[in-house]
Amino acid sequence: MKSLSILAATLAFSTALGTSAFAQTNLTMWYHGAGSSVERELINGIIADFNGSQSDWKVSLQEFPQAAYNDSVVAAAVAGNLPDIIDVDGPVMPNWAWAGYMQPLQLSEGALDGFLPGAIGKYNDQVYSVGLWDAAVAMYARKSTLEKFGIRVPTLEEPWTGEEFNGILETLKASGEFDYPLNLGMADQGEWYPYAFAPFLWSFGGDLVDRTSYETAEGALNGDAAVEFGEWWQSLFTNDYVPGTSQDMASHETGFIDGDYALQWNGNWVAVKTLEALGDDVLFLPAPDFGNGPKIGGASWQFGVSATSAHPDGASAFIEFALQPKYLAAFSDGIGLIPATAEAAALTKNYAPGGALESFYALSEKQAMLRPVTPGYVFEALEFRKALSDIANGADVVDALDAATDAINADIARNNNYAAAN
Amino acid sequence: MRPNQTKSLQSNTLAGWLMSGPALLLITLFLIVPFLLAFWFSFTNQRLISPNPTQFVGTSNFEQLLGVGTLVLEPEKGEDGSLIVSDKGELSYPRVRDFTRNNPDFQHLNGMREWFGWDWGNTKVLVLARDLVFMKALTNTLFFVAVVAPLQSLIALLLALMINQKLRGINVFRTVYFMPVVVSIVVVSLLWRFIYDGRSGLLNNLLQFLSFGHFKPVDWLGNPDTAMWAIIVMSIWQAVGFHMVIWLAGLQNIPLTLYEAADIEGASSWQKFRFVTWPGLRNTAVLILVVITMQAFALFSQIDVMTNGGPLDSTQTLVFQAVQRGYEQQNIAGGSAISVLLFLMVLTISLVQRYLTRER
Repeated sequence: MKSLSILAATLAFSTALGTSAFAQTNLTMWYHGAGSSVERELINGIIADFNGSQSDWKVSLQEFPQAAYNDSVVAAAVAGNLPDIIDVDGPVMPNWAWAGYMQPLQLSEGALDGFLPGAIGKYNDQVYSVGLWDAAVAMYARKSTLEKFGIRVPTLEEPWTGEEFNGILETLKASGEFDYPLNLGMADQGEWYPYAFAPFLWSFGGDLVDRTSYETAEGALNGDAAVEFGEWWQSLFTNDYVPGTSQDMASHETGFIDGDYALQWNGNWVAVKTLEALGDDVLFLPAPDFGNGPKIGGASWQFGVSATSAHPDGASAFIEFALQPKYLAAFSDGIGLIPATAEAAALTKNYAPGGALESFYALSEKQAMLRPVTPGYVFEALEFRKALSDIANGADVVDALDAATDAINADIARNNNYAAAN
Repeated sequence: MRPNQTKSLQSNTLAGWLMSGPALLLITLFLIVPFLLAFWFSFTNQRLISPNPTQFVGTSNFEQLLGVGTLVLEPEKGEDGSLIVSDKGELSYPRVRDFTRNNPDFQHLNGMREWFGWDWGNTKVLVLARDLVFMKALTNTLFFVAVVAPLQSLIALLLALMINQKLRGINVFRTVYFMPVVVSIVVVSLLWRFIYDGRSGLLNNLLQFLSFGHFKPVDWLGNPDTAMWAIIVMSIWQAVGFHMVIWLAGLQNIPLTLYEAADIEGASSWQKFRFVTWPGLRNTAVLILVVITMQAFALFSQIDVMTNGGPLDSTQTLVFQAVQRGYEQQNIAGGSAISVLLFLMVLTISLVQRYLTRER
């Protein structure tokens, strides 16, 4: 009797396993947002919808904290244990694609029509990753402060010029009302430096690397335009316009809201919090134009398919499924990011026409420029960060930029010019 | 009976190997193999992430790290051959980068950077380094060891002498001094970052209070002149309790009868320390010096949490650079080469210490 019931149970169990295995193939997915319950809910919602919408694939999710995510992917790749679907920070994607961790997406034609350029991850003319959102950086200011000091409100068409901007910083400094006129977020010493500050360099006319060949930084990072940028950068600190590299994270987070800083160069992810604190008074202004147009950085986290995935068609199908406007809008409403299409933006609270953060969508559309699309970017970003810190701390501008240039060139040479492996 | 027993244990080799097997396996896998790999990698161009095959590159990683050159700069002269003197009465010199960047006459200096220099009459003698960050990491590490090793052992000894008294409640002090050792170094570093904060840190506030407001706040970690000292003070504070306990163990091993004899002879307390305590601590002293030196060479967590090697490379260290290069810059070969150099340095210094403190 007993053995019979065990047999029955085993049979039932194995049939259940069997049917699910026959019906849906398992796909694994890794995501960098562990710890954020909002993100988990959103992602799990998409996965549940996808698993329920068809009978071929079944996606399961594993989350990692952002700080450990890249290391986990690298370790898994070395061990040959990558999942089918990964998410990847936009500028890092070429490095992983080059290293053979990722394969191009298999999206149907027109799937990416209308997407913000920053949300599409292209390398070697192939789309490897795509984002449901982009991020943008703006100059936070208070309407009341600008009025008080007679400062013009810049527009996308007519941003502040470099000279005008320096004058504004001097005016704010001279007023004595603020600890510092501007908060650049020097406390945040990670990808923030190249993401937020390289656009200033681009606006001066320099770059991290020569983008025609991606084989040298000579002239781009230590040419006349770059040196001009470096001298301006150093003047921010010698004139006490900006708190230096030893700024603590707490002042960076609350300084603008508390009124210690008059202006703040920060991303859209703190916009909702700032709006709640300051209401209508807060303005999100475009980047200043230092001669080559106002620029901000583009590309945030994106989804891609690992090279070792046995079912790239299923993985791509999931990513394409996730690109529906309603999911883009849900992510935007949930964590405040910029939806990747105008259609999705219209569905959101903040980015719809007339929404409180509408200006960010325009910034992303008009000013965003990608960080150098090359596997060497990962290294270039580190050297750029070091050069910026050193110049801020008083290093000789030309020597610091020369040093970064040499280090980048040595890295490129060490990696056979980052040529694609055959 | 006894010798036989030992013999039977020694002859029963299979059981012996079986019992030490797990330990030997783990030690081989996690200590010996990585150690040998680091040696091998330092002679290749091994990268963390790369589709390209690893190649043997000989000693070029070491040449890159250790390359130095000298450059003598003549002051600039006007058309008539006289020296150009600025308003401040200073001579002007050509820029170093004119020699180190694409100058066919100075090929051997290509890519080098100014490390240090001195004036020689009107000319300037400069020492250039191919890898300036490494050189700074090297000198910073040596400086850190040179300050921390003697200072920390001395303070630990003083603390040990103080708490080696039979007083009521002395265990409270022992515990208090030992407490920082138990706390994770990462937590300690985070806390000290707040203490050292340039605007509203505890240290600045305290000094201002003690000086009745005359003290101007210093950005301890943000200033190249103070950053390394700030790290040194904090490191000693954190680790001194551990070595205090080792000293204490040494102190308690000295037989009390020796002190009694010294008392009968009428020795002063200095004489007791000099002729009873210190000779009794000899082996402890050797141990502590070697251990502190090795630990000081491994300076990493404080740097990683507090300064990231900055400002202006004033707190770069060898281990921090090895990790930076190997992992962040994806250059395993470069990181391995630094590790190998560090190993050779620590080995040499330990051997010298062993020789100097040998039993005579």
